[in-house]
Amino acid sequence: MTKEPASHAYAKNLAFRRKKARVFKYMCFAASMFGLVFLFCLFYNIFSNGLSYVSWDFITHFPSRFPHKAGIQSAIWGSIWLMGLTAIFSIPVGVGASVYLEEFAPKNTFIKIIEINISNLAGVPSVVYGLLGLAIFVRWIGLGRSIVSGALTMSLLILPIIIIASREAIKTVPDSLRYAALALGATKWQMVRGHVLPSAMPGIMTGIILSISRAIGETAPLLVIGALGFVPFNPKGPMDSFTVLPIQIFNWASRPQIEFHKLAATGIIVLLVVLLMMNSIAIFLRYKFQSRK
Amino acid sequence: MEVENRKIINEQVSRIRSEMKEDVAVEGLPIMLSKDLSLHYGDFHAVKGATIPVYPQTVTAVIGPSGCGKSSYLRCFNRMNDYIKNVKIDGTIYLHDQDIYDASVDPVSLRRKIGMVFQKPNPFPKSIYQNIAWAPTINGMSDRMDERVEKALTKAALWDEVKDKLHQSGLSLSGGQQQRLCIARTIAMEPEVILMDEPCSALDPISTGRIEDLIFELKKKYSIMIVTHNMQQAARISDFTVFMYQGDVIEYGPTDRIFTRPEKKQTEDYVRGKFG
Amino acid sequence: MRFSRLRELPVHTFLFLSTLLSVMTTVAIVFVLFKESLVFFREVSVFEYIFGTQWTPLFKPQHFGFLPLLSGTLLIALGSAIVSVPLGVLTAIYMSEYASAHIRSWIKPLLEILSGIPTVVYGYFALTFVTPLLKIIFPSTSVFNAASGAIVVGVMTLPMIASLSDDAMRSVPQNLRDAGYALGATKAEVSANIVFPAALSGILASVVLAVSRAIGETMAVTLAAGATPNLTLNPLESVQTMTAYIVQLSLGDTPHGTLEYQTLFVIGVTLFIITLFMNFLSEFVLRKYRQKYD
Repeated sequence: MTKEPASHAYAKNLAFRRKKARVFKYMCFAASMFGLVFLFCLFYNIFSNGLSYVSWDFITHFPSRFPHKAGIQSAIWGSIWLMGLTAIFSIPVGVGASVYLEEFAPKNTFIKIIEINISNLAGVPSVVYGLLGLAIFVRWIGLGRSIVSGALTMSLLILPIIIIASREAIKTVPDSLRYAALALGATKWQMVRGHVLPSAMPGIMTGIILSISRAIGETAPLLVIGALGFVPFNPKGPMDSFTVLPIQIFNWASRPQIEFHKLAATGIIVLLVVLLMMNSIAIFLRYKFQSRK
Repeated sequence: MEVENRKIINEQVSRIRSEMKEDVAVEGLPIMLSKDLSLHYGDFHAVKGATIPVYPQTVTAVIGPSGCGKSSYLRCFNRMNDYIKNVKIDGTIYLHDQDIYDASVDPVSLRRKIGMVFQKPNPFPKSIYQNIAWAPTINGMSDRMDERVEKALTKAALWDEVKDKLHQSGLSLSGGQQQRLCIARTIAMEPEVILMDEPCSALDPISTGRIEDLIFELKKKYSIMIVTHNMQQAARISDFTVFMYQGDVIEYGPTDRIFTRPEKKQTEDYVRGKFG
Repeated sequence: MRFSRLRELPVHTFLFLSTLLSVMTTVAIVFVLFKESLVFFREVSVFEYIFGTQWTPLFKPQHFGFLPLLSGTLLIALGSAIVSVPLGVLTAIYMSEYASAHIRSWIKPLLEILSGIPTVVYGYFALTFVTPLLKIIFPSTSVFNAASGAIVVGVMTLPMIASLSDDAMRSVPQNLRDAGYALGATKAEVSANIVFPAALSGILASVVLAVSRAIGETMAVTLAAGATPNLTLNPLESVQTMTAYIVQLSLGDTPHGTLEYQTLFVIGVTLFIITLFMNFLSEFVLRKYRQKYD
């Protein structure tokens, strides 16, 4: 191994390269850890600020000018109403569009444009959807600053996500299943309803849950269509004005008093617990889906 | 340490020579020697105790049916298997009198001396010039680079075809040219040994012929070990042939003897085309 | 046969209309934004909007110069890129080149959590954690400042860069890495000099997408960076982004039909065009510079 005259210089150089390689590896590792450390700091910050307000009263009280009396009942009901309506509007349309694109659509330029359009809609800032909702639902149709306006806006916002996720799920259904159904004399829709949708269902459900959980945390479009920050009553119907959990959090966080910041943190804890539950369901479904295959 | 290694090598070489019935026209010691080399992928025993020498300025061909472990075996000679998980290697390989699996050996500096050409041409997505210059640069040999690039391309019989487009992407070349670029890239490092893992399997017959001519030229300076599934190729270009079957080295010897008077039944069946 | 097809007609129509809705959404967005903007530009010249250096639509004398909002937006977007690009790319290199499958299966979902956290939470965190931290280091930091917004938006978009770049680098064929090792390169040299450039189109595309995302980010920057349309490059000062202006105006009670109301849509259309351009750019980079192996 020591045949070369320049071998000493090479060995020295190699030691330096080895050192550089080690430093590079540690840099990469440190970068990966940065996100996780940030996540930890975020959770720590929120729990240390908000844990002291967590109580049953916080859930059942209405918002108040006095921090120790304030709660999120109206925000919770607002979020439930909004998400319920959003799900009713967006799921049939989203799944329908994905079924059409995967199973029925001809291969032509128009469909191609629709596909590009959907992926671009997924990249439009959410606040722009708010402007759309404000102009169309609130003003033009005249639904006002109501839950239904919010739900329609949210539905448009999450539709591209639902469509993209559902198409992925439908793509995983093997063609042999389709041929089997068609060979038995089923129509295309019978095939889709009887075979394709059932076997794609866990994947579609996962996509839907993840989209809805994105919608639960959305704030900006609802602020734009005029959801209120201070609502001391529960909505009674879809035409009522409303607030939702993230708006309540925003409202508290934007006040200067430290007590309200703590309330905001408590609200965030509730929001994160809800999101955690929804994500666990999605992960559970994904796991079940995979293990069945 | 090295004295001890030399003793082992001498013992092995004289044993191998005595096993080969007739005289072999090779003087001196092998440049590389693998001794009882075994390789496990997890529970799978891919190479089972291979002992063969590689002599300087010769071509040693490794043949055998696919899945016999010949590529895995080749990759042991420059420790390319280090990056694969669950690989366990027993026995060892010597380069001169140095045990390349010794803890003191850095695989990075080892591979500078033992180049490798792969089954599929794999030029970097960089210019032709950069393809050659990259390895010398990182290895601290960046002086007189233009000269080095020209020399390497000339030796790889590619210079005339690419001298006017050195700054085009290496991927713009044809498959055969790409493979010669990969060979040029390897010889720019001035290695002692070149390992070739089925270098012609992705090429057409004409490109294959040019690579074979090139191997014949390169043999004057380098020691070459080539894995091939093409028996005619092994017969055409190699001086020694190793026949492997299911992880075992069945037979090792001068190429003309392996192909005309094999000693083992399996070797005979294989070279006569009865299986494979 | 004919009967069943007729019976299924409503279903087919519904499926088709569902698909068409996405096109209608785009048309509606474009229509609404442009219609209100046109009304605005009848009152205010395009020249003043694009080159004006003051943005004061809410008090007299009104000025409609969009530059302060643009500078605020770019300050946040570029600041976030300073955080997200190096960290995201290095994370991607770690995941694709160094981490074992086991470690990777932990890091990736944990990073996904980062991108799943609502943006209002990031805003809260910027306000109550990042800004106080900055204040310790730079005592001149304002309560609302661009830096804290940029940092949290950077972390928010980091998983996107990490994940897409990881995919891009993992699709670099193994035989290129082998070629590098066989020439006597270290793992770092192979990662930085071979895998990284070979995956560059995918990495750049992810960076452009992340910046586009940062430009459209709303709640975190509203909470962290404040509502002062400031033509400044000082990240420790309060700025206002386009999105934060939309929120600010929405929080007040702006009568329909006024010039102030229309500024919402002018800013909206500007935002829409910029992000749309960025998304197309990302797609273009991906297509144009993709290396084809084979």
